[in-house]
Amino acid sequence: MVSKRIVLHFPTRLVDQPIVYKLVKEFDLQFNILKAFVTPQEEGLMVVELNGKRENFDKGIEYLQSCGVRIQSLAQDVIRNEDKCTECGVCVPICPTEALVVDPATRKVIFHNKKCIACELCVKICPPRAMEVHF
Amino acid sequence: MKTIKEINEKIKRGEVVVVTAEEVIDLVEKKGAKRVAQEVDVVTTGTFGPMCSSGAYFNIGHSKPRIKIGGGICTLNDVPAYTGFAAVDIYIGATALPDNDPRNKVYPGEFKYGGAHVIQELTAGNDVRLEASAYGTDCYPRKKLATLLNIKDLNEAVLFNIRNAYQNYNVAVNLSDKPIYTYMGLLKPNLGNANYCSAGQLSPLLKDPKYRSIGIGTKIFLGGGVGYVAWQGTQHNPSVLRKENGVPQAPAGTLAVIGDLKQMKPQWLVGASMLGYGVTLIVGIGVPIPVLDEETIQYAAIRDKDIYAQVIDYSQNYPQCVGSSLGEVNYAQLKTGKITLQGKEIPTGSLSSYSKAREIAEELKAWIKRGEFTLTEPVEKIPGQESGYSFKMLKERPIIEKEV
Repeated sequence: MVSKRIVLHFPTRLVDQPIVYKLVKEFDLQFNILKAFVTPQEEGLMVVELNGKRENFDKGIEYLQSCGVRIQSLAQDVIRNEDKCTECGVCVPICPTEALVVDPATRKVIFHNKKCIACELCVKICPPRAMEVHF
Repeated sequence: MKTIKEINEKIKRGEVVVVTAEEVIDLVEKKGAKRVAQEVDVVTTGTFGPMCSSGAYFNIGHSKPRIKIGGGICTLNDVPAYTGFAAVDIYIGATALPDNDPRNKVYPGEFKYGGAHVIQELTAGNDVRLEASAYGTDCYPRKKLATLLNIKDLNEAVLFNIRNAYQNYNVAVNLSDKPIYTYMGLLKPNLGNANYCSAGQLSPLLKDPKYRSIGIGTKIFLGGGVGYVAWQGTQHNPSVLRKENGVPQAPAGTLAVIGDLKQMKPQWLVGASMLGYGVTLIVGIGVPIPVLDEETIQYAAIRDKDIYAQVIDYSQNYPQCVGSSLGEVNYAQLKTGKITLQGKEIPTGSLSSYSKAREIAEELKAWIKRGEFTLTEPVEKIPGQESGYSFKMLKERPIIEKEV
C-alpha cells in the first residue's frame, strides 16, 4: 500500500472533466481532498492524499499525467524560511495536524513537513512570514 | 551587600559571575538564595516579542539646495514618516503603513510592509527610498527630494521605543463563534486557542518586579546593540494586583528605551505582519540585574509557575472594555502547550519567543563576562507600586462647537 500527498495542477481544458473520479473507479484508489481551487475557465489546483496498492497508484499517476495533469509532490510545498522564523510558536495551536510543535527543552518550533497538509493556515498568520508556499 | 561599582570592577578584572534569569532558578534551588547572592554578581534577562510602540528617528543631513521637510510630507519605502520637527529630522513608527496599503479592506488584511520593516531593512544595511515634499521657504527653497538612504550615511539613527518590555501580559482567547484576528494572533472561535506574550521567568521586569534596580539610565541590550532605559514606558501601570511574591497578575510596568540603531542587528529587530491587525516590530531586549543583596536573588529566581496571567476574551470583553478575567493561569501551565478553561482543554500559542529570549540573556551574559558591557546606576527610579501612578482609561467629553 502507498499513501502519498500530491498536488495536482489541472490545465483549463481539464477543469470540467471528472478526472479524480476515474482514479477511484478504474484504479481503486482512495483519495482525501485536502485542498482545492477549481474554477471553471481557469487552471485548477488540488491537494490530495492518495491511498492504494503500489501498482494501482503508479497506474493512476500515469493516467493523470497522460491527461495533462501536472503532478508535484507535497513535501516541499510549504517550507520554513529558517532565517526569518523567530521561534515564537504562534503557529503551533493553528496547525491542524501538529506539523508545527514546540520542543519542550529548547522551546524552538519544530516543523515536521511530512505531517504538513499544506492548508497554509500558518503562512499568513506567521508574524515574520517565515512559512512560504512553493508551488 | 554589593554595589554596582564593585560589580563593575569585577567585570573589568574579568572576575564577574553572571548567570541568566533561568539559570539562577536552579542555583537558588540547590544552594539557597543567601549563598547565591554572595556568589553571583549579575543576573541577565531577555525578551523577544512584538512591541508596537517602537520607532526610530533620523537626521538625514541637509540636501543642496536645502529642504525643510518639517511640516511637509516624507516617506521611506512608501511608509510615511513623521515630519513635525526641524528641517531634516524624521521619525518612523513601527506600525506606519504605506498610504496605498489596502489595510483591512480585504479582511483580514495582510499588512505586508510597514515602518517596522523599514527599520529592520535599515539595520540590515539595505538602502531605503526617501521621498519628501515641502512647501519651500526663503532659507529652505527646495520642494521635492527623492533619494536612496543608507543607515551608515545618516547623521543619527536612533531607536526610541516609547513602550517596550511589558511586565506580564494577557492570555488572549475568543469566546465568540467566529475567528478573530488580533494583535495576539489569530484566535479560533469557541476557545479554540489561547495566545500569550511574555518571556515569563526570563522577562526583565518580571525578574525585578518592584523595579529595585531597573530605572531611568539602566544600560541594556537593545536590538542587538547597547541601549538605555529612557523613562517608564507609556501605560506604565505599577499599581495592578500582585501576588505575594510581588509579581503583577496583569500587564503592569513598561519601559521606554533608546539606543543607537546603527549598532543594532536585523535579527533582533524584526518587522512583523499581524494578519487582520497591522504591522509591528519584534524587539529584542535584555536587562542586567546587579545582585546587590539576597532580595534581588529571591526576585530573580521567581519561576514560571509563580507568574500568573489573566485569560481575557478578545471577541467582546477586550474590545468593548467590559467584563473581567475568565481565569488565571501561570506560565508553566501555558508552556505545557495547553490550559484548561471552562472545562475545556485549549492549545496555547506564544507570540514572544522564549528560545530567542534565552539567546539574548546568554548574549548579554557573554558581553558582561568579556568585559564589554558594564552596569549603570539608575539615575532615577521608575514609579513603583506605592507611587499612585496608574493607567487611566480615556474619559470622552463631547466637543461643543462655539457659535461665532
